[in-house]
Amino acid sequence: MVAQILFLVLTLAAIALFTVNLRKIIRNIRLGKAVDRKDQPQKRLMTMLRVAFGQSKMVVRPIPAFLHFFVYIGFVIINIEVLEIMIDGLFGTHRIFNGLGGLYNFLIGSFEILAFTVWVSCAIFLVRRNILKLKRFSGVEMKSWPKSDANYILITEILLMSAFLLMNAADAKLQLLGASHYVNAGAFPVSQYLMNILPSTESALVIVERSCWWFHIIGILAFLNYLPYSKHFHILFAFPNTYFSNLEPKGEFTNMASVTNEVKAMLDPSFVPAETEPGKFGAKDVTDLSWVNLMNAYTCTECGRCTSVCPANITGKLLSPRKIMMDTRDRITEVGQNIDKHGAEHQDGKALLDDYISREEIWACTSCNACVEACPVNIDPLQIIMELRRYAVMEESQAPGSINAMLGNIENNQAPWKYSPADRFNWAEES
Amino acid sequence: MEFKVPTMAELMAAGEEPEILFWVGCAGSYDERAQKITRDICKILHHVGIKYAVLGTEESCTGDPAKRAGNEFLFQMQAMTNIEVLNAYNIKKIVTGCPHCFNTIKNEYPGLGGTYEVIHHTQLIQDLINEGKLKAEGGESFKGKKITYHDPCYLGRGNGIYEAPRKALEVLDAQLVEMKRCKSNGLCCGAGGAQMFKEPEKGNKDINVERIDEALETNPQVIAAGCPFCMTMLSDGIKLKDKEQEVKVLDIAEITARANGL
Repeated sequence: MVAQILFLVLTLAAIALFTVNLRKIIRNIRLGKAVDRKDQPQKRLMTMLRVAFGQSKMVVRPIPAFLHFFVYIGFVIINIEVLEIMIDGLFGTHRIFNGLGGLYNFLIGSFEILAFTVWVSCAIFLVRRNILKLKRFSGVEMKSWPKSDANYILITEILLMSAFLLMNAADAKLQLLGASHYVNAGAFPVSQYLMNILPSTESALVIVERSCWWFHIIGILAFLNYLPYSKHFHILFAFPNTYFSNLEPKGEFTNMASVTNEVKAMLDPSFVPAETEPGKFGAKDVTDLSWVNLMNAYTCTECGRCTSVCPANITGKLLSPRKIMMDTRDRITEVGQNIDKHGAEHQDGKALLDDYISREEIWACTSCNACVEACPVNIDPLQIIMELRRYAVMEESQAPGSINAMLGNIENNQAPWKYSPADRFNWAEES
Repeated sequence: MEFKVPTMAELMAAGEEPEILFWVGCAGSYDERAQKITRDICKILHHVGIKYAVLGTEESCTGDPAKRAGNEFLFQMQAMTNIEVLNAYNIKKIVTGCPHCFNTIKNEYPGLGGTYEVIHHTQLIQDLINEGKLKAEGGESFKGKKITYHDPCYLGRGNGIYEAPRKALEVLDAQLVEMKRCKSNGLCCGAGGAQMFKEPEKGNKDINVERIDEALETNPQVIAAGCPFCMTMLSDGIKLKDKEQEVKVLDIAEITARANGL
């Protein structure tokens, strides 16, 4: 009875804490500017099913895709086991679903195999990050917390899977001993090999089984509450993020409606613009970005596929699309904390541009869309870079000198170079 | 030129309308290297007998470099002025010689009142080949030559056009070799996003050199391009590597014109 009450309290506390943090993240995302992404629901659903559920963009790199697939499918399927753990924990039952008979044995057996493949995949991921030191996992933005974050996630998953398998091994051994409460149920294709390392007395086995059971479920509840602080949040946000992703051609950049009004008024003095909300052009801080940009930032799992294909980054420039996303998340988190501590009106005098992302970074971009193409969950770092450029150019008139010269040429000569418009057709006179 | 390139103003004065407008672009109009490509596109249009016209001095920058540099004002000023001209001439279909002009007119003009059917010149060439109007005969033979094609970002990733330029090359019976990074994974030449008009940021290599190194790994006789900016970047790279004699950088329009003896 005490165990059941303890279980109930822990579960409720974990869910409550997670809800509070999730709501904060959603509130932070809503600080972004409005953008309509409710059109074409069918196409959006298909995109989500293909890209998030179907992992279609992962296959570009087959080895990590293969390993990630095991971890992903393990995560999704082993959650069925968590349902049983929840019911057992609340009602003091043991293996409540064993009435399913053969199906139950099949399920437990497949969970074990999945748990094992998750274990192995995570171990390989740890080796890739820490021993092989793949270039994709390094970079200025991958020091300290982001580096530890990745390792914490992998180690936690290994511990959780170990506890699950050890629990099953102890359970199987108890079943063989005919211990009361331990009904004969389940199949143990993996954990049968662990039985030998366990003690042989019933009381010791019960301690092992119960400790692993509690470790497994407390671990899961703790991990759930780790997500909002971690890059691992992508396991939840990959789905809405792909659903609300851009469906237009990647080369198409948005036309700013506020500018359209001013230009129309300039070209035609009789034009009366429709009411639009006044605001600044482009983005200086995260709250000037759209809510989709901010959701992108929370979804990023820092895998670095974007940065590894970025022509600027490849050739040693400061720009890293992954850093753009991580800076955006760090800054919106900071803005959210300011609201919690000091209220909505508080200004901390900082901004995304300059305090997080430098001018050198935004001007190194070739707008080639390689980062957008590479992202397995359809994040768009390019849009953020463009919004920062818009602010720098339209609000501050601060662009590299040669860019200003180019803009001046377009304005005066209708071409980015200093040629006379009268000479535009001269090419036809030569052979 | 052996023939006169018709302008919209002339056609209108004669009470005629063209089947297609050829949007030349700033590079195609002023850049000496790109002018050759422009003339070859005209030769192809003339050769197959399509009724076409250019805007001539009435053409103006689409505003693409201004938009990518963050100056939305200047972009929209350019766009609306151009749309006014295009709509006044009742233009329905446009072929561009530049993927940047192509992307801008096709994707960004409709929201500002300019909706046209827009194709890139490699798509036009593919269509003409498919229709049997264009072959690869009567000119230089590319048979068996090693050609590698560099995907321009605003044609490939930007608009998903990977096949048309390759189809235009297949007809040559040449040996097409792909670079390691091609199609949706293609590496930028380094000129996009207004980089064409500025010095690169501090780094350890220029992007066009990175790309040329990769192109040269395929050991090509021809590097095929479809964009005047890529043309500049790739040609500069070849010059830097001192390979001008062995490797030619040619636009798909130039290759087509040469293969047909135009």
